[in-house]
Amino acid sequence: MAKTKYYQALTRALREEMQRDERVILMGEDVGESGGIFAQTRGLYATFGANRVRDTPIAENGFVSAAVGAAMTGLRPVVEIGFEDFVTACMDPLVNQAAKLRYMLGGQVGIPLLLYTFGGGGVNAGPQHSQSLAAWFAHVPGLKVIQPSTPTDVLGLVKSGIRDDNPVICLLSKKLIGSAGDVPDLGTDHLVPLGKADVKRAGHDVTLLCAGQMVQAGLKAASLLAEEGIEAEVIDPRSISPLDMETVLASVLRTGRLCVVHEAHGFFGLGAEVIASVCEAGVPLKAPPRRVTPPFAPSPFTPSLEALYLPSPERIAQTVRAMLEPA
Amino acid sequence: MKSRAFNVSVPGAQGAGISADVARRLFRTMCEIRRFEEVASERYKLGELPGFIHLSLGQEACAAGACATLERGDYITSTHRGHGHCLAKGADPARMMAELFAKAQGYGKGRGGSMHIADVAAGVLGANGIVGQSMGLGIGAALSLQVQGRNNVVIAFFGEGASGAGIAHEAMNMAAIWKLPIIFFCEANAFAELSPFGTHVSVPDVAQRAAAYGFPGITVDGEDVFAVYATVRQAVERARRGGGPALVEAKTFRWHGHYEGDPQNYKSDADHAKAQTFDPISLARQQAADVPGLKAHELDDIESKARGRIDAAAAWAAGLQSPPASALTEDVYAEA
Repeated sequence: MAKTKYYQALTRALREEMQRDERVILMGEDVGESGGIFAQTRGLYATFGANRVRDTPIAENGFVSAAVGAAMTGLRPVVEIGFEDFVTACMDPLVNQAAKLRYMLGGQVGIPLLLYTFGGGGVNAGPQHSQSLAAWFAHVPGLKVIQPSTPTDVLGLVKSGIRDDNPVICLLSKKLIGSAGDVPDLGTDHLVPLGKADVKRAGHDVTLLCAGQMVQAGLKAASLLAEEGIEAEVIDPRSISPLDMETVLASVLRTGRLCVVHEAHGFFGLGAEVIASVCEAGVPLKAPPRRVTPPFAPSPFTPSLEALYLPSPERIAQTVRAMLEPA
Repeated sequence: MKSRAFNVSVPGAQGAGISADVARRLFRTMCEIRRFEEVASERYKLGELPGFIHLSLGQEACAAGACATLERGDYITSTHRGHGHCLAKGADPARMMAELFAKAQGYGKGRGGSMHIADVAAGVLGANGIVGQSMGLGIGAALSLQVQGRNNVVIAFFGEGASGAGIAHEAMNMAAIWKLPIIFFCEANAFAELSPFGTHVSVPDVAQRAAAYGFPGITVDGEDVFAVYATVRQAVERARRGGGPALVEAKTFRWHGHYEGDPQNYKSDADHAKAQTFDPISLARQQAADVPGLKAHELDDIESKARGRIDAAAAWAAGLQSPPASALTEDVYAEA
């Protein structure tokens, strides 16, 4: 095992896959010589050259459409969109083209495309640089959506995503860019399958399903609760679509309580979907399921307000305590 | 007609050096497109084709002339008005008809319909329902060719309506920066959806826009298949040599409405009259006299065979079965 940072795990995944398969190319704003706004593509241009590492103009609709065209004709493009909010500028090539072409064309093509982007809040980036849009993409048949929360999952999921023959949206967390964690040593081909959740902490009193950087908040909340004798099971879905409901249902069957935490809005979000699925499965619950999410408002720039906006360990713990109170 | 961009004359069949073989091929393709669109229109009126369709009657010279310059390994990307492009690049009219009839044997297993006909093996990357995306997808295919070091090119078809979309600018800018092997082919058919050219385009010719990207732009008579062919051929040869993109605009005319059933009340009497006179097939018959070795009676034979091929395709497609219910959820994802 080796310690590495979240963004360095991304660089390693890109490097390993570009070395393994010459059809993999990287394109996006400033991914080339500059090495990226977070140093996330540093060194790739020097190794793989201008042909395979392409700086693009600030034209998300155009270069994502180009990536789809390239994916139809023999390449396996990886596209960077620096901030998740900017994906709204290329919804057409993602939603109308990449997601549907295989279906509309009778299975003639796959679209092996991985788009990664940095989203979420916690860095006072304001309403146009802090969004979490996982549910938007998960709502589209034909797209896959992954949301890794640790360096090792970044490495394994991005590598698997690049090898997938479908369009994969990889939602990374800006707040976690500099976070460190253990990853398998260089030379290990570390793959994490899409659609497989990870139990980050075992527990028997409540299931905390936490996505993206909320995994860290959930783990902190679990520590707080443990001091009070409450054992929370923290599950990281890692992949939003496909979603590993099997792992979630098995956990809720044991705990009888479910709390879903994400930094995307609650309305029509991951929590709504998971809670509906648990209800449909007829899992007996000891308390009504709960969601901990931001309010239905844009993410403010204001540091004091953004601190209130994002689910905190204290707020999660408070919600869980209420679930355990006798009715 | 003089082309500033390529510094050559495009005077018609003889001066353009059109051989009898090429002339026959161009004529045959135009006749097949004409018949395909006529049959589609008839079948649509009879209620046999679900959904809605956009026809390219009057625009046959564009698809035929442009695609005749290509090899099988070259690609095209097309638009919602794409039947002609697909036929001209080598798609099978029977499987195309099957798609219009929503049958399992169609190119999209009957699930895509008129706007999503593709034959990837033949280099047809698809008609497309989103205006302008042919240009983005097209530069992506050209990027593939460049990265893979293949000596092929792409033609991205679009209309003057798409020329106003952001992606048109984004794609042409990127194609120029990366010197991609692509020809942007604008079929300026006088109307974008239900409004005339001037509602959509700020300059007289879309080809003028090429100046903004630093590559050649040329406007050609879209009624003249030989002129279209000769012009695109130069652009294709240039792109194949590594010379980068070009923009070719063909001034053509859409006989029918935006979609079949369009009442076309936005068209003037003069517009309706033009649909009776603007005819690339008639013009080609006249010009054929200038092509050495081409006999007038050959054209009748070519036309009759073309009609027969399309009529047989439609008859076959009409008799097929609908896709099974299992097709509803097939091909959403590729096996990982």
